Amino acid sequence: MAATLPPPRLLPSGDSAVTVEFSRTIDDEANQRVLALDKALAASPIDGITESVPTYRSLLVHYDPGRIGFEPLGEKLLALASQPLPPAAKTRRWRIPVAYGGEHGIDLEDVAKALNTTPDDIVARHVAGDYKVAMIGFTPGWSYLSGLDKSLQMSRRQNPRLLTPAGTISIGGIQAGIQCLAAPSGWHLLGRTPVRTYQLHRNPTFLTEPGDRVTFFAIDHKTFEEQDRAAEAGEIVAQQVVA
Amino acid sequence: MSRLVIASIGPASSVQDGGRHGAQRYGLTVSGAMDRLALAAANTLVGNAPFAAAVEIGPFGASFTARDGAVRVAISGAPRNADIAGRAVAIDTSMTLKDGETLTLGFARGGAFTYLAIEGGIKGEPVFGSLAVNARAGLGSPYPRPLQADDEFTVDAASGAPEQRIELPKPSTGPIRVLLGPQDDEFDDANKALFLDSEWKISATSDRMGYRLEGPAIKHLHGHNIVSDGTVNGSIQVPGNGAPIALMMDRGTSGGYPKIATVITADVGRLAQTSAGTAFRFLEVTMAEAQDEARKFAQAIRNLSDRLRSSDTVELNVEALSDANVAGYAVSAVDAGTWQVTAEP
Repeated sequence: MAATLPPPRLLPSGDSAVTVEFSRTIDDEANQRVLALDKALAASPIDGITESVPTYRSLLVHYDPGRIGFEPLGEKLLALASQPLPPAAKTRRWRIPVAYGGEHGIDLEDVAKALNTTPDDIVARHVAGDYKVAMIGFTPGWSYLSGLDKSLQMSRRQNPRLLTPAGTISIGGIQAGIQCLAAPSGWHLLGRTPVRTYQLHRNPTFLTEPGDRVTFFAIDHKTFEEQDRAAEAGEIVAQQVVA
Repeated sequence: MSRLVIASIGPASSVQDGGRHGAQRYGLTVSGAMDRLALAAANTLVGNAPFAAAVEIGPFGASFTARDGAVRVAISGAPRNADIAGRAVAIDTSMTLKDGETLTLGFARGGAFTYLAIEGGIKGEPVFGSLAVNARAGLGSPYPRPLQADDEFTVDAASGAPEQRIELPKPSTGPIRVLLGPQDDEFDDANKALFLDSEWKISATSDRMGYRLEGPAIKHLHGHNIVSDGTVNGSIQVPGNGAPIALMMDRGTSGGYPKIATVITADVGRLAQTSAGTAFRFLEVTMAEAQDEARKFAQAIRNLSDRLRSSDTVELNVEALSDANVAGYAVSAVDAGTWQVTAEP
């Protein structure tokens, strides 16, 4: 176990869920441990666990207290959580098309100004990034990405917007995001993707999984319109690469 | 097949069931009935599985008309005046609407949610095993949104089975029981005590996402931003203004405010049925007590059919009828207002 992280903690989250916390802050090793524990539970399920929810720094484990109590479950989880990280497995990589700026990325120019550079340079830095889906949360398919270039990290907007468009590609603090449904957000909107990370009646319904790698590439607004129609009809549009 | 047509219905009414499980990892919340015991009781009265989909009726009134044949239904949950063509009917009973007859339900008299279960259940296309409405995600069947007048359900023709009533245990009026955590260490002892020892009221600006609590401001030890982590039904988070919010069935699956405590499973439905403005308190219990209560609660739902009685053996619920004349309806917590429970992300 790496020396950088304290031992994992069990935080009771009511009588039917427990949080296994690896760190209080956003930390890549903690996220790796979260995803490793999640995977270990999927590979050898513990009877009584009903659902697990990975986040940046912790795994929320829902369970049925009629089948397993807090103490025995906690012991099993801590034992699994303390095991050394397995070697990195092959991961999926998604190449996500983005129409940057203009009506699709209304904050691109302001972000460029705030960082004393040009919109093109912001786009170049954003597409150069190698991201990982650290967690999915808040609303269906909203993929929170780690790996944002340090030079693009800036605090969130003073006034969060009550509604931002479906498919928004944004940055906020040290995070980057792929948003699927229209939702409130305090992040900076750089562009929009035609890719639906959540689409009912499509197989798969959810495109991204925690642990997936992500890169972005720029498309023009006309291509966006074409791909948006294709995506609406059920095409995945994103390019999948097996690394 | 018969039809059950909604002649009128207030806001905050939707099809709900036991909820949508297994996709919280993708940001898809559970939804489902605010009061699972009442949902199960209504379903049990008409012979459905306890967590089958039913109509969750918000604090305002509703009326339902049978068409193309008779329809058998049952009501449980928040008490209300109810009648079929002028004949009073009691909560916690089943009843059969003849073709063309209308069941009319008044405002909730205390509590918020009443469940109308339909014999044979609601027909629809489940997603992740559930018909429950999650309007934000565009989910729910047959209507992926709150119900409105002229909506209708295609339903089984009434079986003609004898009508039933169900004798539910009298609901507790004691404090809402909580377990501290997961982030109680983000609060000092004085603020934890303030939370546990104060009287609280539910704000009128509450909904299926969360109940805002009115009372003293709770102060954080290290500020109100934590790195987002997972939420559960009954998580009590404390945002920057210090006014706690109890997260309910349509909560975001993750949130970035410290959660001081979690309502125990057995009491989430009771909290959901607490009227706005009614003073209540929290009580801290141990994990052993909470899990014991959760097991008993699950057992009580499994055994609801043992509580069924023939409707013939008793006259109408006299208490309910006399209560109906009490002036001033207690309008409940949940209204048509929408507000964001969380400022994340």
